[in-house]
Amino acid sequence: MSTTLPFAQTETPTNYLNADYGWKSWLFATDHKRIALLYLFSITVFFFIGGAFAVAMRINLLTPEGLFTHDTYNKLFTMHGIIMVFFFLLPSIPATLGNFLVPIMIGARDLAFPRINLLSWYIYIVGGIFTLTAVVQGGVDTGWTFYAPFSSSYSNTHVILAAMGIFVSGFSSILTGLNFIVTIHTMRAPGMTWHRLPLFIWGQYATGLIQVLGTPVIAITMVLLGLERVLHAGIFDPTLGGDPILFQHLFWFYSHPAVYIMILPGMAVINEIVACFSRKAIFGYSFVAYSSIAIAVFSFLVWGHHLFVSGQSMYASMVFSFFSFLVAIPSAIKVFNWTATMYKGSVSFETPMLYAFGFIGLFTMGGLTGLFLATMAIDVHVTDTYFVIAHFHYVMVGGMVMAYMGGIHFWFPKISGRLYPEGWAKFAALLVFVGFNLTFFPQFILGYQGMPRRYAHYAPEFQVLNVMSSAGASILAVGYLIPMIYLAWAWRYGPKSPQNPWNAKGLEWEQSPTPPPTFNFDHQPVVTEPAYNYSGEEQEVESGG
Amino acid sequence: MGVFSIFPARASVGAGQVDALYTFLLVVGGAMTALIFASVFFFAVRYRRKSPNDPAPKAIHGSLPLEITWTVLPFLVMLVMFAWGTKLYFQNYTPPLHDTLDIYITGKQWMWKVQYPTGQREINELHVPVGRSVKLILASEDVIHSFYVPALRLKHDVVPGSYQTFWFEPAEPGRYHIFCAEYCGTGHSDMGGWMTVMTPSDYENWLAGGSGGGSMVEQGAKLFQQYGCVTCHVTDHEGRCPSLLNVFGRPVVLDDGRTVMADEAYVRESILNPNAKVVKGYKHDIMPVFEGQIGEEGLLQLIVYVKSLSPPTASPAKPAAAAAKRSPK
Amino acid sequence: MGDRETVLAPQEPNLRHHFDDSTQQLESSTLGMWVFLLTEVMFFGGMFGAYTVYRNMYPEAFASTSHFMNVTIGAINTGVLIFSSFTMVLAVRSAQLGQKKALIAFLVLTLILGCVFLSLKFVEYHEKWVEHHIPGPGFQYADPRYFHQAQILFYLYFAMTGMHAIHMIVGAGLLVTLIVMAARNRFSSRWYTPVEMIGLYWHFVDIIWIFLFPLLYLIGRAK
Repeated sequence: MSTTLPFAQTETPTNYLNADYGWKSWLFATDHKRIALLYLFSITVFFFIGGAFAVAMRINLLTPEGLFTHDTYNKLFTMHGIIMVFFFLLPSIPATLGNFLVPIMIGARDLAFPRINLLSWYIYIVGGIFTLTAVVQGGVDTGWTFYAPFSSSYSNTHVILAAMGIFVSGFSSILTGLNFIVTIHTMRAPGMTWHRLPLFIWGQYATGLIQVLGTPVIAITMVLLGLERVLHAGIFDPTLGGDPILFQHLFWFYSHPAVYIMILPGMAVINEIVACFSRKAIFGYSFVAYSSIAIAVFSFLVWGHHLFVSGQSMYASMVFSFFSFLVAIPSAIKVFNWTATMYKGSVSFETPMLYAFGFIGLFTMGGLTGLFLATMAIDVHVTDTYFVIAHFHYVMVGGMVMAYMGGIHFWFPKISGRLYPEGWAKFAALLVFVGFNLTFFPQFILGYQGMPRRYAHYAPEFQVLNVMSSAGASILAVGYLIPMIYLAWAWRYGPKSPQNPWNAKGLEWEQSPTPPPTFNFDHQPVVTEPAYNYSGEEQEVESGG
Repeated sequence: MGVFSIFPARASVGAGQVDALYTFLLVVGGAMTALIFASVFFFAVRYRRKSPNDPAPKAIHGSLPLEITWTVLPFLVMLVMFAWGTKLYFQNYTPPLHDTLDIYITGKQWMWKVQYPTGQREINELHVPVGRSVKLILASEDVIHSFYVPALRLKHDVVPGSYQTFWFEPAEPGRYHIFCAEYCGTGHSDMGGWMTVMTPSDYENWLAGGSGGGSMVEQGAKLFQQYGCVTCHVTDHEGRCPSLLNVFGRPVVLDDGRTVMADEAYVRESILNPNAKVVKGYKHDIMPVFEGQIGEEGLLQLIVYVKSLSPPTASPAKPAAAAAKRSPK
Repeated sequence: MGDRETVLAPQEPNLRHHFDDSTQQLESSTLGMWVFLLTEVMFFGGMFGAYTVYRNMYPEAFASTSHFMNVTIGAINTGVLIFSSFTMVLAVRSAQLGQKKALIAFLVLTLILGCVFLSLKFVEYHEKWVEHHIPGPGFQYADPRYFHQAQILFYLYFAMTGMHAIHMIVGAGLLVTLIVMAARNRFSSRWYTPVEMIGLYWHFVDIIWIFLFPLLYLIGRAK
């Protein structure tokens, strides 16, 4: 589309949404913002599929004997895990908010490789189709961790289809990370030095590092698993000379860093929200920036903490335990810095900030319980129990998904050009917080009491806490459904948003129209102030041609 | 059911030690959580924006002393957690060298088969006496399982192709859950059982209930005959094969110069894949390969028999190597 | 510079609209290709890791299987690939100098050498098929002591060389694309980025082979 003027003073200025119409303009889009919306739509679909499986699981767990057959339950938790990890959490913030915001926040017109960006979405969809085919054809029952030799030699379900779905979707993640790394290196606007970047960018950069270095390993692991199922050569089968623990090492070498792919973007979002709704620069900018890089590096050194009870050498376990403690330190540094940002700030309580509060509290709890798991003698007791399930849901759902919801709400006006209804949004946030804690806190107790995970039925003494957890899940489900409704409504019928409803700093709010035009800016931004210059102490941003 | 407790029953002294460490982490974690929640809540309220026209706050960019403090202090606390946890882990996973009551457990989809040295066998039931060090030797016939007794605060994965061990000293009579804790297929959540801890006298009575097939040593001796091992191995037979007297539990020098510990895993591997480790001075390809001919339970009986050929040694061997060693086949 | 489709100066026909200038574009392409190659290192790295584990576990079985590797074909293939990297370098140089004919000639030569490699690989695989060394139901091995271990090692052999061959086939396809583009005068001394980038890719595939060859064919033969 060619326009030769800054956005015209007509009723509906040309922006990326109305620049072109028709399904082709969306499915063949190279505009990073449109691709972000393609991802947003698909990720939401997967979230609800994965969530439906979770609801079914929690219904089954209302009684000790269960409701479904064991095989059905085993497939439910497997597919819940695969879909939530690979098709919701891993892409979520990077592919939606990252895709939308990274170029704008650094003052660029698009990502470095727009067509590769579109390709990454198609790859994601193909991977999703493989996996959904596995689901529809009867499911997979290996657990999302696919441990051998069960997955390579015993399971009768569609392991290869699911493994191929994961293999394919991994390349989507790799290409996204590659695109972000290159873009951040080469396409920053004049004056946008590394230390003036919003911390969101530092977080996406660190995420990209893990995406490109870690994901290929799960890809090759899935290939080896698939080949083994066909050939039965024995690579993971002890009766044929193989080593099942090798599978675990290969799997977790990626899957541990993967959890940091999931949380770093959440932390990246929180920086932006806390700064804006405290009207204050993030305390300890450099520490927060480098802590993201530290997390990315350390994340590759801890995978063996998933193998403490597998027969791994005790000395190796010791090293992994030590590094697992170390990786918690940069995360703690972030939490302290966010808290300090609010000190003598000007704090307001709009929905994004409510989600940020939720993140800080629940991520702290989830992260601390990670220390329990890093402590070897305790891990021996609680690994493979509901304690671990509670831990990772606290960081993933209480942390990451809350950050995602916060980010969606914060940038909704920018993305859609409209405002969401604040009252409903606050109500939903509250439901999510209450429902979440009621669902998952009892699971810490269940875990220490000894209830193992992946159990279709359980010992009767565990019922009370399970019922509590299922009750919480029903509240949580409503808490997630409500935003889907009002956000969809607001997209069409919400009041039009002003340029900067939050009075936030940042190129996306101050220099790019709401919603942005296809190439993001009317004039090339030139950056002369640090990030989060809420106090106005330094020079304002100059715009120039 | 009694009073609600976050702690399950304690069947051993070790369980209490794990609970103590857990309590420490709960206190530290709780304090940290409370600190963060309280700070956020307090700052949010105290510094809340009262009107949209409130002046922008002054920027506070950071404080190096604060950053160092809140990096170093948590690190030091973590060091305590790490050291305490490591010490307890090594203790729990390193069986005593002597005087353990060894019980052999084979996991298969979807049950636990328990074999006692005296020859009893049980399915999904484990009986142990108070006051003895019990060492469990765990094997799998098919996929990875995990033998878990919450009341002991212990579990260990049961991996096909190798043996795993852990040990404990029961302290409190009672019946405690056994669970499988590694997903293993359809019947994973059914694969449970009960560990019964008994007073020593009750245990003796229970043992005296006897078993039909003879002790594991006797059963192992039968197999030793049946498979022809006795034609070669009891004494050093014309230099063709090493004697098995006084071998178990001691270091063995191999023909490639390595020294390994002759433990359960070593004996198992030597039966199934004799050429993997050949004793120095002996040839390859003399001993037949028994892969696929002897099941897991038979292997355990043979191992117990070979153990019986070595009275307990006076000199301590490397405990960690013994406990951690596992062979690939 | 602004948000609109800029009317590009005639001498910058290959500048894509979201880049500020050719330097930025070239920097991005180069960094992107290097990051991609890094992901490929990690991809092959998983297999190299598995191979290392099993080689350490079964040293005699490994020595036994290495006698069945066709060192002659492997060595010829190594020479072919190294030479093809050389012709690729010459192709990039020709592009740099704007020499269209030389560029096409060297690209074609590289492609031919790549096809020679793949053909020899096919011969090798056929040999393995005849010897029943392909893992799966038809697998047979002369030395019964090492049947299982050999099957695992051959599985890794096929996984690693097969994955490498797939990368070569993709590389061949990319070379065809370059030849067509060159024939249509798409390259000049001012812009030949695809030639450079695919050159990097080709060198990488070559380097992977240079690791594979000694590991799979040479080490352990002496025993």
